[in-house]
Amino acid sequence: MLPGTRRGRRLDELAESTPTTTAGVSLAASAWRRLRRNPTFLVGAGIIAAFALLALVSPLLAAHDPALRLLEDQVSRADNRIPAPQPGFPLGGDQYGRPLLSRLLIGSQQTLLVALTATVLGLGGGLTLGILAGAFGGWVDTLVMRVVDVLLSVPSLLLAVSIGALFQQQSRFTVIIAVATVQIPVFGRLLRGTMLAQRASDHVLAARALGVPERSVVFRHMLPNALGPVVVQATLMLAVAIIDAAALSFLGLGSADTSTPEWGQMLGSAQDFFDTHPQLAFWPAGCIIVVALGFTLVGESLREALDPKKRR
Amino acid sequence: MTEPTPSPARRPEAAPPPEHTGDALVELDEVCVHYPIRRGVVFDRTVGWVYAVDGVSLRIERGRTYGLVGESGCGKSTLGKALLRLERPTSGSIRFDGIELSDMSGRRLRRMRRRMQMVFQDTLSSLDPRQSVESLLVEALRAHGLDEGSESTDRLLRELLSAVGLPAGALRGYPHEFSGGQRQRIGIARALAVRPELVVADEPVSALDVSVQAQVLNVLRDLQERFGLTYLVIAHDLAVVRHVADRVGVMYLGVLVEESDSDVLYERPMHPYTRALLSAVPVPDPEVEDRRERILLPGDLPSPAAPPSGCRFHTRCPWSRPGVCDVERPSLRDVGGGHLVACHYAESIERGRSPAESG
Amino acid sequence: MALLEVRDLAVRFVRRGEPTVAAVDGVSFDVPAGRTVGLVGESGCGKSVTSLAVMGLLPRDGTEVSGSVVLDGTELLGLSRREWDRRRGSEMSMVFQDPLTSLNPVVPLGIQVSEVMERHRGMSRRVATREAESLLDRVGIPDPRRRLREYSHQLSGGMRQRALIAMALACRPRLLIADEPTTALDVTIQAQILSLLRELVAETGTALVLITHDLGVVAGMCDEVNVLYAGRIVECADRHALFAAPRHPYTAGLLESVPRLDTPRGQRLAPIAGSVEDNIPWSVGCAFSPRCASALPVCSERSPAVETVGPGRLLRCHNPLDTDVGNTESSHD
Repeated sequence: MLPGTRRGRRLDELAESTPTTTAGVSLAASAWRRLRRNPTFLVGAGIIAAFALLALVSPLLAAHDPALRLLEDQVSRADNRIPAPQPGFPLGGDQYGRPLLSRLLIGSQQTLLVALTATVLGLGGGLTLGILAGAFGGWVDTLVMRVVDVLLSVPSLLLAVSIGALFQQQSRFTVIIAVATVQIPVFGRLLRGTMLAQRASDHVLAARALGVPERSVVFRHMLPNALGPVVVQATLMLAVAIIDAAALSFLGLGSADTSTPEWGQMLGSAQDFFDTHPQLAFWPAGCIIVVALGFTLVGESLREALDPKKRR
Repeated sequence: MTEPTPSPARRPEAAPPPEHTGDALVELDEVCVHYPIRRGVVFDRTVGWVYAVDGVSLRIERGRTYGLVGESGCGKSTLGKALLRLERPTSGSIRFDGIELSDMSGRRLRRMRRRMQMVFQDTLSSLDPRQSVESLLVEALRAHGLDEGSESTDRLLRELLSAVGLPAGALRGYPHEFSGGQRQRIGIARALAVRPELVVADEPVSALDVSVQAQVLNVLRDLQERFGLTYLVIAHDLAVVRHVADRVGVMYLGVLVEESDSDVLYERPMHPYTRALLSAVPVPDPEVEDRRERILLPGDLPSPAAPPSGCRFHTRCPWSRPGVCDVERPSLRDVGGGHLVACHYAESIERGRSPAESG
Repeated sequence: MALLEVRDLAVRFVRRGEPTVAAVDGVSFDVPAGRTVGLVGESGCGKSVTSLAVMGLLPRDGTEVSGSVVLDGTELLGLSRREWDRRRGSEMSMVFQDPLTSLNPVVPLGIQVSEVMERHRGMSRRVATREAESLLDRVGIPDPRRRLREYSHQLSGGMRQRALIAMALACRPRLLIADEPTTALDVTIQAQILSLLRELVAETGTALVLITHDLGVVAGMCDEVNVLYAGRIVECADRHALFAAPRHPYTAGLLESVPRLDTPRGQRLAPIAGSVEDNIPWSVGCAFSPRCASALPVCSERSPAVETVGPGRLLRCHNPLDTDVGNTESSHD
């Protein structure tokens, strides 16, 4: 037998015996395998899961209607007195005598909902712009990116406040639109950048060389590979959205109706009592910080897991 | 083991075949690819041009291998992409099997792609990391309506993998799970899936480990014999090109400076650049290394955005003559037997004019 | 006594929650002054890790370095960070593969070169600048005075590599380690850089460790060659002896698998099967045995030891290739 064929056979046996070739682990699967062992991710995911669960079951957990002034008799404007913790009301009441714990619980729903909706809208808008600019290039790209640059040049909170102020009537919807608008250019710019990088990559060129239709090239090869950083950014933006939404509510641009509680709005209405009753601000502010931290931790660990340089 | 040979190449037994015998699958005529250099704050304007490929004519005969060599920035990859119409040529004509490609676009061009494929240098980045090997291969088939039922497709995929020396189990794997050599086999399988006639291989082995390069080169050769493929192999490694190519073209700064049948070119290089290039390639044999004459070129490759006047090589050429080489651009001329050289003094240099006489 | 003596050098990467990786294992070699010693192998063979260990450039966290590295009579392993810093740049220097990332992009070239001399040779800025100019001239950079004020991105790849070599030479080191110094460069530029290195060794008596995967570069540059596979030296020989009659199947396989300018065209190449990932641990047997065409059953059961098989010739193989001594002689004619 010729040495060449013998070696060829050996090679086949070798390739056959390599366990990795039969396992078939996709990128997402290997990223997930790394995430599962990452304590940062576990803590962040734990926080988010706990608050999401809380928000879901809060109507059951809240012992009282958050809009009812159950402890009104203990409120005194004159000597600046508000209800203290007492049996049945572990955190006491707010300045109107409404149960603080129940308000916090129900508020989690609103806060998460606002942040999530705003980020989803922002992501949607950003994706559209990014795909347009990244896939077409040329003058479409130039036009879209100049608009995005203008939006990015305004500080985000200022932009959100200006947009919020455009609306005649303040409502939760205003906050969502304002926060979403701030996010659109961030996602748009990011996706455009990653799309352009994909456009220049060899595997996209390879798909073109194969004669794969252009639409397929964009949606099958460019977009899925460009999405990684955007997903990470979206997680991080959820944290920002919670804080931005809270800030808008705090500044009084949110819903004027205080019967449905929301953390930012609770924090805003607590500002008159900072020196005498800091607990009114402490609880909602603490919740905002912890949830935002949860999203940040998850976002950072996702970024690490999706980093192709760390792939094994 | 290996007997040291006194000269870098041996004399071929037979005379080189006359020019233009077989039928040409690819004909390039005066192909230019110029890239605009854009600058601007709000809107970009063109401030100059990079002359990546500047008037290259060549023909590749059916079933043969054409090797294109040159250093980085000489335009060889751009020429390969222009030939596949992955770059739009600025001017010139590209004919594939008699069909003009240079002004083709859209659906017609996409259909033509089935007949000509590409193999890339970077095995990892040229395979979409999110697709399994199976879906990478099926996509190629689907793009040209070649997947006829899952059973026949499945059989076809297995045949493809075995042709490039991979086990059928590889179908379920993802690109990052394979070694560089295995990934290059996948890349070759993908190119072959659509049964092309022409394969452009751009540095097919330069990213691979030395011991694996030979495996891939052998696979390419076997496939050529089996499917009657025509190759354009683009490489900076002259030894690799010599090993695979029937005819070789040497590029410098966007132009062909020499072209000839492989044996002739390596045995009797005539252009000063080719001679310097060949003398610079290290040979894994100390006896040859100690004895050979080296032509050290001074300086660096000039920028393709501002190519030198006259002969593009005159700024680094040890034999260049002022008043001639820096003024007059030499054209590619036949010095006998289809050996084309673009040098004013090719013959006198070959007869042994020393660089000092250029004074 | 050789200038650099490396004995039983072992580098292990230890990461929490992951198996320990032995990147380099029992590597020994000598580099006398004025000689060039090659470390040859493919990716992952440990050649770069060896050089980083000799330079003391491996991260301290997560790496375990054992064995002995003696430079001019001084044991280097176990030196304090400050002691290393004092020696690096003055007694020993390194040139890396990628000249762009090895230069600081925001500091002019002149400052980068003269800084080394100010620090290690105690020169004033003015003297150091003048010295830097003559160094750049020495390594073949035209118009050195102008180049001193330029930044790395303004230079071509070949110029950058020359600048790096100038920096490495700034303090007249007695040992120079070049890690794939020409891999990122074009052939004609590679020829320039190699001839520069050759001149330097001949003129200054610097000991040069050349790390490369390119057997052609080795053949033209090195006095002695060490072939590494999976972290161990498998064969060590004088270059003439090694290329004329390789005895380890891996060395022979490497030589047979590269296309050469001087072999008949159309001759089929004889590749080594598999890839470098297809190894077995050295603790079990010969790491190369799964890919080896002349493997015996014993190769996968017992790890081969290093044996001296001739003057200055070491081999780690159970079933070495036969050598024809006459062949080695005749090739010198």
